[in-house]
Amino acid sequence: MTASGVPSAADVELKPITMAKALNMGLRAAMDADPKVLVMGEDVGTLGGVFRITDGLKKDFGAHRVLDTPLAESGIVGTGVGLALRGYRPVCEMQFDGFTFPAFDQIISQVAKVQFRSQGAWQMPMVIRIPFGGGIGAVEHHSESPESLFCHIAGLRVMSCSTAADAYWMIQEAIECPDPVIFFEPKRRYWEKGVVDTSSRPDTVVSSIVRRAGTDCTVVSYGPSMPVLMKAAAAAEAEGRSLEIIDLRTLSPLDLDPVLASVRKTGHLVVVSEAPREASITSEVAARVTEEAFYSLAAPVLRIAGFDTPYPPTRLEEEYLPDIDKILTAVDRSLAY
Amino acid sequence: MAPDRWIRNPRTGPDAGMDAAGPGTSGVPTAEQMVHGLRQTAHGEGLVELLTPEGELTPDPDYPLEVTPDLLKGLYRDMVLVRRFDREGNALQRQGQLGIWVPLLGQEAAQVGAGRAMRPQDMAFPSYREHGVAWCRGVDPTELLGIFRGTDHSSWNPKEKGFHDYTIVIGNQALNATGYAMGQRFDGKVGSSGPDALQTDEATIVFFGDGATSQGDVHEGMVYAASFDAPVVFYCQNNQWAISEPVETQSRVPLHKRAAGYGFPGIRVDGNDVLACLAVTRWALDTCRSGNGPVMIEAFTYRMDAHTTSDDPTRYRLADETEAWKMFDPIERVRVLLTRSGWADDAFFASVQADADELAARFRAFTMAMETPPPTRMFSHVFSAPNQQLERQQADYLEYLAGFEDGAGGGAVGGPAGGIADGAAHGDDAVRAGAHAVSAAGSAR
Repeated sequence: MTASGVPSAADVELKPITMAKALNMGLRAAMDADPKVLVMGEDVGTLGGVFRITDGLKKDFGAHRVLDTPLAESGIVGTGVGLALRGYRPVCEMQFDGFTFPAFDQIISQVAKVQFRSQGAWQMPMVIRIPFGGGIGAVEHHSESPESLFCHIAGLRVMSCSTAADAYWMIQEAIECPDPVIFFEPKRRYWEKGVVDTSSRPDTVVSSIVRRAGTDCTVVSYGPSMPVLMKAAAAAEAEGRSLEIIDLRTLSPLDLDPVLASVRKTGHLVVVSEAPREASITSEVAARVTEEAFYSLAAPVLRIAGFDTPYPPTRLEEEYLPDIDKILTAVDRSLAY
Repeated sequence: MAPDRWIRNPRTGPDAGMDAAGPGTSGVPTAEQMVHGLRQTAHGEGLVELLTPEGELTPDPDYPLEVTPDLLKGLYRDMVLVRRFDREGNALQRQGQLGIWVPLLGQEAAQVGAGRAMRPQDMAFPSYREHGVAWCRGVDPTELLGIFRGTDHSSWNPKEKGFHDYTIVIGNQALNATGYAMGQRFDGKVGSSGPDALQTDEATIVFFGDGATSQGDVHEGMVYAASFDAPVVFYCQNNQWAISEPVETQSRVPLHKRAAGYGFPGIRVDGNDVLACLAVTRWALDTCRSGNGPVMIEAFTYRMDAHTTSDDPTRYRLADETEAWKMFDPIERVRVLLTRSGWADDAFFASVQADADELAARFRAFTMAMETPPPTRMFSHVFSAPNQQLERQQADYLEYLAGFEDGAGGGAVGGPAGGIADGAAHGDDAVRAGAHAVSAAGSAR
């Protein structure tokens, strides 16, 4: 049992749980471990968040640790900065990706720079959780993938989980980090289940990881596209092609060594993301691999990404999102070089 | 028309001045008429004033303040010294020693009054003009120079001084201060009933200008502060100008009246009256620390100099306006009272002037001796711990620099020595040297 009297996953059988539940349990574990951890955002308290990620936290930890804030995103992050300066560890929720931008100024001008400006006198142990990505049939501003905007800002750590187990550990690792973390949660995967062994903590889940070993072509992504990549690898296997699938998990700073090692083995690389292609994480991975493993490449690095358009209306989102066929077509093109 | 005329001729009321000159005459107005007129137009209603521009004490029962000779002499010294190094900052910029300076001329009382109202356990969140508050918090004026010389973004220890780093993005600090104050409340440092409450309970004060009141962050800060009963004083120095925009561009109503819309008190104080600023801010901070915050204060003052040394106020305001505000000088009225009351003699004023000159000399000497930090500084404190990406960038860059013959660049080929302190080959004027120059010569053969 935890300090709050809520059963931890260690007390129950290892049956699959949803990513939403895993995040909720991870938040509970972090709040149990450190009384300075606060959860704050719109509807995170009584309601438990629009995605129920903070469900029950207010009841179990109290209104002084789970703050239902006024509806102002800059206010959530800007007061979070002050709370962090005061010694708290705020976990701020942005209700949707497209509602993050009122807070963009505070994130860029203060969250990212306080430590550097003060030459280490201050630290900024803050987590900003952002449910992101499409595929849920939502109206405008609810399906965006703005992660590369944050990767471009020095001083921010950016990460994204793709499995329930990673979600459980990654949110805790993010909260323990003395630096600010922009934590992207693939909302489309909130209700997908996975086994979470809460009894044995990995060294880190904030590093790139090979999800499936292969020999013919490396395919890299993160967050919501990872299940698509795994299905593409299974389909490719049926066609006699062996794909190596890598989950970046940390988007900034990038952990590129596993990608480079894989490319040196396969000679082929396809990078996948549902964010628009221009100046994106797929751009960064392609550029860095080209710089560091040029002679290992047997083909240009290819990308499957969102189009350079605003996110479309829902009846078109299947056209917009990366899917198995788009990925396999890119693999074919790479291998045909 | 020096304000010290009142030393010889104590005020007999503004109307007396009017009568003396006679209404409707076409002659040059008297000092009394000017002050009277300015009060009508500039000060407006509800102004708290404890020391008039003529140096008269006008106690206010709502904001009691025991005015002793030592208090007044201390505030006078603060303001003279702050003004002195502020003027030195301007001069150093004009001489090319600082990239920019942000003058506070005219706002000495607003800042020193508020700064001296703070208790040691309190926290201040400044904008970028709060040199006078910095002074009161024990930040040495030389610690401000890194920002303006371009050697760092902040030099003092903000935790130790209870004085946050300067915030340059307008209004950001209103939210940061509110969050900090929420933390003070969550920590149980507000509203204790013990006998030492004033010594142990905490409050936060945030400084911003009239322009910042239009920013969303200031609005949101006030919403959050009210929502969470945060012990924060919103201290707006209304210096009438946001670079070139007059305060009328920002608001239809007097700024302090906005507080009512958020549900907490807003007080307008004569920002050129150090005693009023002190008394009202002390009341506001103690109100917050006792759990009855937040409070807004509008310190009604005037920016006597440019927005920064890069600004040219002659393009948007009349010299007459600035001249008129000289009648409200925050230091002169204190000097008048000290002199007339006999609380200070010539020796005191001379010693303050000597201290000010010594501070200015030290400020100047420190500026001249400041060194450009090594390039490795750029890579420090981006994150709390090293990471591979930044370590590689740093190593690559140091290796690149080492490729130049003198290990630093331009000096080896007699590159431009002036302007760049460390002589390295940087920027548009960089001259390729060392290995590059040698290889170029080799290919020419």
